[in-house]
Amino acid sequence: MKSTIATLLVGAAIALSATAVATGADAKEWKKVRIATEGAYMPWNGTDSSGKLVGFEVDLMKDLCTRMKVECELVAQDWDGIIPALQQGKYDAIMAGMSATDERRKVIQFAGPYANEPSAFAAMKGSPLLTIAADPALVDMKELTADERTVIERLASQLKGKTVGAQVSTIQASFVEKYMPGVTLRTYDKVDNIGLDLVAGRIDAMFADRSAIGGLQKEGATKDITVFGTQYRGGILGDGVAVGLRKADKDLKTLFEKAIVEAHKAGVTGKLSTQWFGYDIAVTP
Amino acid sequence: MIELLAFGDGGWGDEMLQGAAMTVAVATSAFLLGLVFGTLGASAKLSRNLILVGVAEAYTTVVRGVPELLVIYLLFFGGSGMVMALASVFGYDEYIEVNAFVVGVVAVGLISGAYSTEVIRGAAQAVPYGQIEAARACGMGRWLILRRILGPLTLRHALPGLGNVWQLTLKDTALISVTALAEIMRQAAVGAGSTKQPFVFYAAAAVLYLLLTTVSTALFDRAEKNAMRGVRRA
Amino acid sequence: MDWELMWDSVPALLAAVPLTLQLVALALLLGLGMAALAAWARLSGHAVAAGAASAYVFVFRGTPLLVQIFLIYYGLSQFEAVRASLFWPLLREPYWCAILALMLNTGAYQSEIIRGAILSVPQGQVEAARACGMSRLLLFRRIVLPVAVRQALPAYGNEIILMVKASSLASTITLLEITGVARRIISQTYAVFEIFIVAGILYLLINFAAARLIRWAEWRMTPHLRARV
Repeated sequence: MKSTIATLLVGAAIALSATAVATGADAKEWKKVRIATEGAYMPWNGTDSSGKLVGFEVDLMKDLCTRMKVECELVAQDWDGIIPALQQGKYDAIMAGMSATDERRKVIQFAGPYANEPSAFAAMKGSPLLTIAADPALVDMKELTADERTVIERLASQLKGKTVGAQVSTIQASFVEKYMPGVTLRTYDKVDNIGLDLVAGRIDAMFADRSAIGGLQKEGATKDITVFGTQYRGGILGDGVAVGLRKADKDLKTLFEKAIVEAHKAGVTGKLSTQWFGYDIAVTP
Repeated sequence: MIELLAFGDGGWGDEMLQGAAMTVAVATSAFLLGLVFGTLGASAKLSRNLILVGVAEAYTTVVRGVPELLVIYLLFFGGSGMVMALASVFGYDEYIEVNAFVVGVVAVGLISGAYSTEVIRGAAQAVPYGQIEAARACGMGRWLILRRILGPLTLRHALPGLGNVWQLTLKDTALISVTALAEIMRQAAVGAGSTKQPFVFYAAAAVLYLLLTTVSTALFDRAEKNAMRGVRRA
Repeated sequence: MDWELMWDSVPALLAAVPLTLQLVALALLLGLGMAALAAWARLSGHAVAAGAASAYVFVFRGTPLLVQIFLIYYGLSQFEAVRASLFWPLLREPYWCAILALMLNTGAYQSEIIRGAILSVPQGQVEAARACGMSRLLLFRRIVLPVAVRQALPAYGNEIILMVKASSLASTITLLEITGVARRIISQTYAVFEIFIVAGILYLLINFAAARLIRWAEWRMTPHLRARV
């Protein structure tokens, strides 16, 4: 009985304090902007061996901040708490390879996109899944045609009974949940760990951002991971990677949008993309 | 494989050691904070005030009955909110930054404090009442009794238990890696992910924790011997 | 605070309770075997066995469970030799990796409890049993075990509660027990507070029940300490 009463007390205390959280400043002069990234999603963002955050988004952030004439502070935040911590005010923006989706727009707003990459399936070298043809090469999930529906259904039947890994709380996890009913979805905290389990043979395939798979292929044990089949984008997979912001911070969104357009026009986004990805994935907002 | 743990820019050795320093800093601060909570909690539990007893009971039951990970998550996502809610009572409405270190120390300190409460309460109850009566008979005041008699004797009885609490606290700091504070576990996870060599990094982390627990056990043993020097043994 | 969301999350979280209980029960049981083995080795007087058992207890008590889980799940699977071995069908599964880690961890703590309990059996009782001509096995079954179990019960109760809490770390290796499901719901609703509070209440209830159970067992086993009516 004691514990039940206690729980109620603590619950009430937390409820009170949670409702009292300020929901972001309305008309504040932005001098300093704190931006969160995951630091485990190369080449978008990663951590080097001296513990520093590096990657495409880290470099792009520096450029955007110069354009916005604000001082920026980069903080690392694990992926699964990145949106709740934004809402709690731990930082003001997210640049972490996060796609703008309708699902996320229910809780935050986006500035951008600044880049777009399709999602791809991958398996280990030698896996029978690799014979699945890339026909067509790309399917846009926005307004699916009958033919495209057949492509997805065919893939679902080919993967039936298999275990597919995806990062928790991602567009890819939502895709597998919605379109691959016979597949066991296993969700991971980080893309690196999906790679390790794919190598170990605990999962049959992974579904992730194509370039993140490219990041795994770069080094070490995960270099034999191979992409297969059709790649997907749009619709449930979002409208490109954008800056995530609290809904209340309208002025910050305006600042970011302007800077993203400028950076794109000046060719900076494209240049950084080529430098980190090997190809240009920059898009105009 | 071992070259991964080299020092300097190419290896993770220096990052792991910095992580160990951070672990010691968080664990020490959290343990000390836990002693404060523990003393308050034990005093409350031993008081005759029903509300105080209830609050202290609630504190120890909830914190000791819920996974540490949840306590840490709740404080991490709600810490700023709670501080701000408190500040707004005093008319301060700006955003208050609560950094990962403070959140980690408070979260682990709360957990540590719940266990310390029980240890200190038990130790205080183990002080023979005759000692306090004797002190009163000598004309000592309440504070003097606390400082000269109850305090030292409680500490002597509590030391072995507090040694265990310290070990718990030290190991619980591994869980605050979820707040991205760069302690041992966080550094190991980042290194493991980035190099795809989890074994080396988690093994190195295990060795660092073993070193820390071994050294601190030895220190607590010495403290215990020191505290027991006035006790006759059979 | 979204009360509706909290209420809606209850069925999903409740559905995860069996997995949590399974992890705890299996780990405790297998850990007891581990602990008995280690305690026996340490009290046997055999130097090598005692050394190995002490090393096991030292390592698993001196490091955080999180490190142990990651070492077993991600660390071991890194080696081709492990993946080609006999144990792979078990180590391949996150479920068994979690149980292995929890079992080894609780085994180390339980062995200390057992050792302490056995050492607490008064020497006079053992001598008296010997004088009655009891064999070693009978002596252990009739004298040492009952006394030691009574002695160990309170500490064992604590260990059960610690294991219930520790099982939450299985969520870090993809298992969907209470904390795992809570994190999954949070990943869709972003409501950290609401969901973790519900999960916390579930853990409190489980631990409350466990504590009750142990207290009942203690009461059953100590009829001689009860006040006579």
